[in-house]
Amino acid sequence: MAAAVQNAPGLHDCRDAFAKTLEALAEADGRIVAVVNDSVGSSKLGGFKKRWPERLVNVGIAEQNMVGVGAGLANGGKVPFVSGAACFLTGRALEQIKADVAYSNTNVKLAGISSGVAYGELGPTHHSIEDLAWLRLLPNLTIVVPSDPWETAEAVKAAVAHEGPVFLRLSRMPVPELKRPEGARFQFGKAEVLRAGTDAAIIANGVMVTRALVAAEALAEAGIAARVINLSSIAPIDREVILAAAETGAIVTIEEHSIRGGLGGAVAEIVSTTRPAAMRILGFPGFAPTGSAEFLLEHFGLTSEGIVRAVHEVIAMRDGR
Amino acid sequence: MLEKISQTSDERIAAIREKARIIRRRAIQMVFDAKQGHPGGDMSVTDILATLYFGVLRYDPAQPDDPARDRFVLSKGHCTGALYATLAEAGFIPLDELATYMRPLSMLNGHPNRNYVPGVETNTGPLGHGMPVAVGMAIAGQIDGSDRRVFVVTGDGEQQEGSNWEAGMIAGHRHLAQLTLIIDRNHLQQGARTDETNDLEPLADKWRAFGWHVVDVDGHDHAALLDVLGAPVGDRVKPLCVIAHTHKGNGISYMVDQVQWHHGVPNQEQYELAMEELA
Ligand SMILES: Cc1ncc(C[n+]2csc(CCOP(=O)(O)OP(=O)(O)O)c2C)c(N)n1
Ligand SMILES: [Mg+2]
Repeated sequence: MAAAVQNAPGLHDCRDAFAKTLEALAEADGRIVAVVNDSVGSSKLGGFKKRWPERLVNVGIAEQNMVGVGAGLANGGKVPFVSGAACFLTGRALEQIKADVAYSNTNVKLAGISSGVAYGELGPTHHSIEDLAWLRLLPNLTIVVPSDPWETAEAVKAAVAHEGPVFLRLSRMPVPELKRPEGARFQFGKAEVLRAGTDAAIIANGVMVTRALVAAEALAEAGIAARVINLSSIAPIDREVILAAAETGAIVTIEEHSIRGGLGGAVAEIVSTTRPAAMRILGFPGFAPTGSAEFLLEHFGLTSEGIVRAVHEVIAMRDGR
Repeated sequence: MLEKISQTSDERIAAIREKARIIRRRAIQMVFDAKQGHPGGDMSVTDILATLYFGVLRYDPAQPDDPARDRFVLSKGHCTGALYATLAEAGFIPLDELATYMRPLSMLNGHPNRNYVPGVETNTGPLGHGMPVAVGMAIAGQIDGSDRRVFVVTGDGEQQEGSNWEAGMIAGHRHLAQLTLIIDRNHLQQGARTDETNDLEPLADKWRAFGWHVVDVDGHDHAALLDVLGAPVGDRVKPLCVIAHTHKGNGISYMVDQVQWHHGVPNQEQYELAMEELA
């Protein structure tokens, strides 16, 4: 493996990459339409609306209808991007996602915007830290949590190329672009090893990936070689990379999600039944108190320092110390 | 509450108007300090809140759980600037608590949480939740044979959520006369006008068709609001739908009817102008 991937300077809002890529694809592919719930601005689809007003369907504040309408559009050969705040899209319309999208296996692309705790002070009704648990159970549904603008753009392209339901869990939290090696490729179901290491493995996705890289750097200074894995694809999931990580015997997962049922849960299901290893799952333990997104991440230890601590703990657990 | 009975009607209305002015100022202060919030909707709903809390609702802030209290649900839960300022004025929360609005670990979250804020009946924030819960409250009262009343305020954009209509249908069916729905009809939602997004009209006819008694009122006229909301249920058997015609940003010249003030935050100059206009 080449030099470890690092965080590039500068911060980005991944919604920009989402909207830009979608517009570029829509120019060449007339099947692409957008469906929104009074969320043109928050999905950054103002440009799309301006260029193709007839291809943007705003159903108003009505998420269940929005997802059902998306399934109907797919039935007519369209490729709908159903885009709204992740909390309402997944929470309010869960049964539509289950029956009309996943079970019916329709070609609907769900774009959950401002997932995790990006809405900060607006509170738990607006946080989307349950969505991976809810959606991970649904057969047929591909789930991706991109880490940066490049991966967001690649995931949008892959979603269009893929025939079938996809959930893109997007954030509005500022993240750096990762400096990837030349020729890096994005593929559904494939995890990315961003940094080599055999002492422990840190598995992250979304906005947490950059924190995992910082933590690994700090651990290296303390003589601990931690592998860093970007598990952006939650479904399908890369068993091979996860089981290889289990060979270190010490795994820390971190996600902007509940500690139950998300990335950590998915990894634990595979590791505990195949190649048990010491594990720590970092995430939110329950409904968050009032505070900004940054405050909440600090408050719950979802920081590079928190990861470093957890890596020391799993190594101690593995070594029986 | 009872002091009002000795007041003349003009005095009562003047008192409500003064409460509304105080609530508007406090809400703007809170949004300005927190650097976020929903001032457009706060200003739109303030006169409705002031009329309800200082002219209509029966409550005792010392006993927020009193089973006989009237119930109020702000279904458009994003308008906590106005709601918390009202609850403070009504004695449910200490005035100085307002300065913690949306600060780390504050009880005053961006959307109301009944587990921390006395006077809040149910947690709102996702639109379209208030009506079903209010219907349940009214059915509980019906089962108990209680005369307590239930008031719920929704936004007009919020009316696009199907849950309102599911709840409205059963309320009409069950003749929930103790239930009043107030629609804050300001013609704007988050990103555009309601009629550009998903038109609601004919709104009154729709609620009539669902078995409701519908009344239109100027949602910034305290006397008119008091007339409609304060009227006893009497022998009315249908639930009451009040379409309150309002303006987003009402009371602040540059905010009135401007969609960007849905969640805009005033800068220093705009803040000063707002305070001047609300003086
Ligand atoms: C279920 C749900 N979908 C979307 C939102 C995001 N949202 C918050 S306020 C708002 C617009 C509300 O407009 P309206 O009901 O007219 O309220 P008002 O104009 O009084 O602010 C939207 C779409 C939400 N809070 N809940
Ligand atoms: Mg409105």
